[in-house]
Amino acid sequence: MATETLSMGKALNTGLRRALDDDPKVIIMGEDVGKLGGVFRITDGLQKDFGGDRVIDTPLAESGIIGTAVGLAIRGYRPVCEIQFDGFVYPAYDQIVSQVAKMHYRSRGKLALPIVIRIPFGGGIGAVEHHSESPEAYFAHTSGLKVVSCSSPQDAYTMIRQSIASDDPIVFLEPKRRYWEKGPVDTEADYPLHASRVVRPGTDATVLAYGPMVRTALDAATAAAEDGRELEVIDLRTLSPLDLAPVFDSVRRTGRCVVVHEAPSNVGLGAELAARITEKCFYSLEAPVLRVTGFDTPYPASRVEEDYLPDLDRVLDAVDRTFGW
Amino acid sequence: MAKGERGTTTRGTTTRGRTAASRRSGSTAGRPDPELIQLLTPEGDRIESVTGPDGVEYRVDFTDAEYREIYRDLVVVRKLDAEATALQRQGELGLWASLLGQEAAQVGSGRALRPQDMAFPTYREHGVLYCRGIDPIMPLGLFRGVDQGGWDPNEYKFNMYTIVIGAQTLHATGYAMGVTMDGKTGGDDSEAVIAYFGDGASSQGDVNEAFVWASVFNAPLVFFCQNNQYAISQPLERQTRIPLYQRASGFGFPGIRVDGNDVLASYAVTRAALDNARHGQGPTLIEAYTYRMGAHTTSDDPTRYRIASEVEAWQAKDPITRVRAFLERQKIADADFFAEVDEAARREAVHLRERVLSMPDPQPLSLFDHVYPGGSPELDEQRAEFGRYLESFEGSAH
Ligand SMILES: Cc1ncc(C[n+]2csc(CCOP(=O)(O)OP(=O)(O)O)c2C)c(N)n1
Repeated sequence: MATETLSMGKALNTGLRRALDDDPKVIIMGEDVGKLGGVFRITDGLQKDFGGDRVIDTPLAESGIIGTAVGLAIRGYRPVCEIQFDGFVYPAYDQIVSQVAKMHYRSRGKLALPIVIRIPFGGGIGAVEHHSESPEAYFAHTSGLKVVSCSSPQDAYTMIRQSIASDDPIVFLEPKRRYWEKGPVDTEADYPLHASRVVRPGTDATVLAYGPMVRTALDAATAAAEDGRELEVIDLRTLSPLDLAPVFDSVRRTGRCVVVHEAPSNVGLGAELAARITEKCFYSLEAPVLRVTGFDTPYPASRVEEDYLPDLDRVLDAVDRTFGW
Repeated sequence: MAKGERGTTTRGTTTRGRTAASRRSGSTAGRPDPELIQLLTPEGDRIESVTGPDGVEYRVDFTDAEYREIYRDLVVVRKLDAEATALQRQGELGLWASLLGQEAAQVGSGRALRPQDMAFPTYREHGVLYCRGIDPIMPLGLFRGVDQGGWDPNEYKFNMYTIVIGAQTLHATGYAMGVTMDGKTGGDDSEAVIAYFGDGASSQGDVNEAFVWASVFNAPLVFFCQNNQYAISQPLERQTRIPLYQRASGFGFPGIRVDGNDVLASYAVTRAALDNARHGQGPTLIEAYTYRMGAHTTSDDPTRYRIASEVEAWQAKDPITRVRAFLERQKIADADFFAEVDEAARREAVHLRERVLSMPDPQPLSLFDHVYPGGSPELDEQRAEFGRYLESFEGSAH
C-alpha cells in the first residue's frame, strides 16, 4: 500500500499523470492546460512530460473542445477535456447533451465515446460571476451521460482514473473550493466508481451530500454530535446514475433525511432524491425529506456568497426541523 | 476554365431575380462567381482541364467504363431518392430529406474518397452513403423510425447522420486530428477526412470553430459545403454576404468553388483536396455550388419561398442530363446501356421498397439498449419494471 498525503488538486494531477502513463490513447485537452498547467494547475507539468500531442492546449472554443473530442474518441483516443470553469461549459452544452450523451445509443452500441469532461464547479472562492456555478442537474438529467463528483483527495485520485478507464462519457465535477484541502491517498486503492458511500455512520438522521458539501455535512455532523445527535453522512459520489441502496438503507434506519447541495433547489438533485426516498421509504420517514441548497437566484456577487451557500448552521437548522416535525 | 463557359454556368444562378445592383453595396453574397470550377458544361461539353484560382490544375482521366459507372451512380442514387420520397408520401417513412439536384456533388465527392478516408455526413448525404458501399436501406430506418441509422461507422468509414446542424464538422476535425496523431498523414496511402454540411450550417458556431481548429492543427480534412441555396426557406443571402468558399481564407486555408452539378469537377476538386490533406497540407473548404430541386424535406412547402422560374433555370443545369449528353456525344454509351441502367435502378428501387415495407418495429424493451457502454443498474431496474408492466397485459408477446 502506497499512501501519501496530497491536496485534492495534487491528487487529481497524480491521477491524470498515472492515466497518461498507463494508456497511450489518453489525451488531455483544454484551454491553458499545457504550459500553464490549467488555471488551477491540475494539469501542472503534464505537457512537459508527455508532450503537446498528449496534453493539448486548445483554441478558446468550448464546443470545439467537446466536439473534437467526439471525433478523437471515434478515432480510438480517450480524451479528457478540461472546461476551465463551470459557467463556461454552456457553449459546449449542445455537443455534450446531443452528441456525447447520445452517440452510443444512436449507433446501437457501435460507437463508444470514452470522454471525460472535467469541470471545476461550485462556489466559495470569491470569484467573479460565471465562476461559481453548479450545473450538475443539467447533465444528470441527460441519459447517456454519467455524472460524478469527488469530495476527497482519495476519491479525486481514484475516481479520475476510473472515469478515464470507463467507456462511458463522464462529466467529472471537481469541487474547486476543496482543491487545496489535504488528505491521505492510497494510490493502489480500488473500489467501484458508481457507488455512494457512508462517510460518517450515525443513527439519528441521514445527511446526503456530494462534492464540496460533503465537508460541510461532516462539519455539521461533528457539531451535532456535541448536541448529542448522531448524523449519518452519505457522499453520493455518483449523481447519475444515483446509487441509492445505501441511502434507502440509511433512511430506513434513521427515519430522517436532509439533502445538501450548492445548486439552486428548483428542479435540482435534491428534488429527485426527495422523490425517490419518499417512494421507497415512505413508511420509515418521521419527517419529509428536507433540502438545504443554494437559493433560486443566479449565483450572487462574491461578497454575499457565504449567505447563498449552504453552511454548517443551515444544515443544523434543517436537522433541527426534521426533529421538530 | 474555357472562356464563354463562365457566363453560361453562372449567370442567373444566384441573384434569384434581384439584380446585383439592387443590393446594398458590399454585398457579394451569391453574386455570379467567375471562379467556378467546371469540367462538364450543362450542355454536356467536356472541358479537358481547368486551372483554378489556386493555381491547381483540375482534371479527371476517367476510362470509358468509369464514365459509365459514375453515370450509373447518379441515376441509381436519384432513383432511390425518388423511391424514398414516394415511400414517405405513402406513409411508410415519417420524413425524407431528398437529395434531388445534389447527386453530382455527392457522387463526385463520394467517389473521390479512398477506402481509408472517413466521412462525416449531415442527414442528406444518401449519395455519399451509397458510394461508401452502405446498403441504401440504412437511412430509411432512421426516417421510418425503427432505428437511428443502422450502419457501423467504423466499418464503412461513414459516420452517422447528424441532424444538429454543423455538429459533425467538429467530430470530423477531431477525427482528423487523430489521423495526424496516429502518424497516418504524409503518404499516398495516408488517410483524409471529409465533413459535409450545408450553406445554412456555415452560420453555425460549430462550423466556424471547426474551421479554427482544423486550421490551427493543420488537420487532414476537407470541408465539403453543398450550397444548395437554401436552409429550409432561408436563401443564401440570410447566411452570408460573401461567397462561402471565400470564408476559408479568413481562417487560413484555401477555399474553392466548384460546380456542384458537375460530377466530374466535384470529383476532381474533392480528390485534389483530399490528396492535399493526406499529404499533410491541411484543410480545404470546397463550396459545391448546387441547387435543391425539391423540398427541404417532405414536410416543407417550397412554393412559399421560391419561384418556379428559378427551379426551371436550375433544371437546365441538371447533373444527370449533362453526363448523358456527353456519353452519347462521345459514343461512350449507347441506348442499350442507358436502358440497362434505368432498369437496374428501377430494380434497386423495387427491392428497397419491398424491404422497407417489411422492416419490423423494434421490440419495446430494446429502447433500453445501449444507453451506456458500462451499463447502469438504475436503468436495468427501469427496464425490468417496464418489462413486468408489459407482461401484465394478457396475451402479451413481450
Ligand atoms: C442546430 C439546428 N438548428 C435548426 C435545425 C432545424 N433545421 C434542420 S435542417 C435546417 C436547414 C439546414 O440548411 P443547410 O445547412 O443549408 O442544409 P440543407 O438542408 O439545405 O442541405 C434547419 C434550420 C437543426 N436541425 N439544427
